Amino acid sequence: MELKFDIVGGDFNLAGRASSKIKKVLKQLGIDPKIIKRIVVAVYEAEVNVVAHSVGGRLFAQINSSEINVRVVDDGPGITNIEQAMTVGFSTASKEVREMGFGAGMGLPNIKKNTDEMTIESELEKGTSLSFTNRF
Amino acid sequence: MKHNLKYHAIKVDTKKCFGCTHCMKSCPTEAIRIRNGKAVISAERCVDCGNCLRACPVTAFYVEQDSLKQIKNYQHRVVLFPAVMIGQFPEVYSEGMIYEALFELGFTHIFEVEQPIDVLVESIKQKVAEANNKPLISSFCPAVVRLIQCKYPSLVKQIISVKAPHDLAANFAIEKLTEEGISRKETGLFYVSPCSAKMAAVKHPLGEKDSIVDGLINMNELYNRIMKVIKKSEKKDTSSARKNLSRDGIIWSLPRGEARHFSKKSMAIDGIHNVVKFLERLENGEVPELDFLDLKSCNQGCAGGILLTGNRFLTVERLQKRSKRYPFANKIEVEGTTSKLLKEKLEAEKIEPDYVFALDKDRVKSLEKMQKVEKILCQLPAIDCGGCGAPNCHALAEDMVQGKAKMTDCVFLQKRYLKENKITLERGLKNLESSWGKNRFDADCNIKGGRNEGF
Repeated sequence: MELKFDIVGGDFNLAGRASSKIKKVLKQLGIDPKIIKRIVVAVYEAEVNVVAHSVGGRLFAQINSSEINVRVVDDGPGITNIEQAMTVGFSTASKEVREMGFGAGMGLPNIKKNTDEMTIESELEKGTSLSFTNRF
Repeated sequence: MKHNLKYHAIKVDTKKCFGCTHCMKSCPTEAIRIRNGKAVISAERCVDCGNCLRACPVTAFYVEQDSLKQIKNYQHRVVLFPAVMIGQFPEVYSEGMIYEALFELGFTHIFEVEQPIDVLVESIKQKVAEANNKPLISSFCPAVVRLIQCKYPSLVKQIISVKAPHDLAANFAIEKLTEEGISRKETGLFYVSPCSAKMAAVKHPLGEKDSIVDGLINMNELYNRIMKVIKKSEKKDTSSARKNLSRDGIIWSLPRGEARHFSKKSMAIDGIHNVVKFLERLENGEVPELDFLDLKSCNQGCAGGILLTGNRFLTVERLQKRSKRYPFANKIEVEGTTSKLLKEKLEAEKIEPDYVFALDKDRVKSLEKMQKVEKILCQLPAIDCGGCGAPNCHALAEDMVQGKAKMTDCVFLQKRYLKENKITLERGLKNLESSWGKNRFDADCNIKGGRNEGF
């Protein structure tokens, strides 16, 4: 089954909606809580990334009986240096975003840590596409 | 834990219940359905929070208790009550008068539950110091523990495996009576419960094998009894019965009553709907580093317990004032070997997760069922009226895939099917009756629904 979510850039009120809904679905499927926890943390980080850094995007979660694949696509501005973005503690978040308690530079590294597979592609001014998979 | 072993103290009085949607709508775990015009509680899903009791416009819910008469079967009769009980009385009644009234009612020994609280504080602090997976979550409120077991299984390991204050107090009382040379056999221990959750937990303890007390009494019942015999002046000095009571103990069951011992790295949340929202965030990893969480199902903690008579805010006020007159818990020396003995008895059995919300034990089947639910939802009107006997359209769709409901249970779909000549009018009415009971739709002046608060 597939779940789709629109993510509005800059609107922190709605960040966490996708992860909460996905969490509920996984619980109803009877997935191991430890695995759910990893997925939820990854999805939440991905949502916050789109909200904090992009003009907005979409999140697609594909769930079958053996794994979940999450694809997060945004419409820009894109990441200049992905390697740098993957470094713990590196952040380009604005002062305002940091004051809200986000932008600690843990987002992408945290997603990597909590998923079985992760790929990220980005094109400046076009946008970023992040995909990750967790097996049950 | 086996589902069929779950005991709940909340019962439906089918004579009073006429079938409305208030309880069903207020239940945080969607445990209630209306069948044949009566509320039916799912034993698997119920967490004993008591929200249905609060919501019912005709007091059709009640909490099972033991008869107060049975105290006469014992030579020594001990009453154990949480300190909130004192808080709900009007200020004109001193704690001494309330104690005297309890003696008058036939009790021989009185213990407030939160007496040797320092033992508990120390034990929880030690657990927090040893834990790698924080925050640890208090096991004080049984409704919260049950909620986590079934809705937040990933957090179960963070629940502190320490027995509740009532257990501690019961052991303390037994110890004190033994010192006086009184045997356990001749003693009846009676616990006075502020809520349905404690009632169920004390009768069939979570994480423990047997109940430690001999009988359970509803706090509102005892309140009425006390008000019948209470005098307007004090005749005896009963203060020796309170010599182990502390400031920390008196406010233990209020919000932050536990968390205050962990100062900066702790949080307290009260009200089950608030707890639900917070636990969602905790699971998402959105909560900053904390050592300890003090979670209580009722607003204002136990002062808002479903079996209290007094207003919760006035109760908090009186307890806060009362607590100031008592010393801090760590200043109280419990004589003899009691506190060492208590410490040994504090460890509770591990609490296990209980996956009651999974659609099926088999993951492939779960997924199929979930896809069916999504399809059914396209057909349902999303009005969430409750007219089908389920709390909302989503719950009805889930009931359908579990074989517990059908499309025609939806009152709006019925209309559509009638128009499309898919069902007959008789059939439609029969369906309504299976949810709401026969003759439920006849004119009846005795049946009136509730209104929102403020009217």
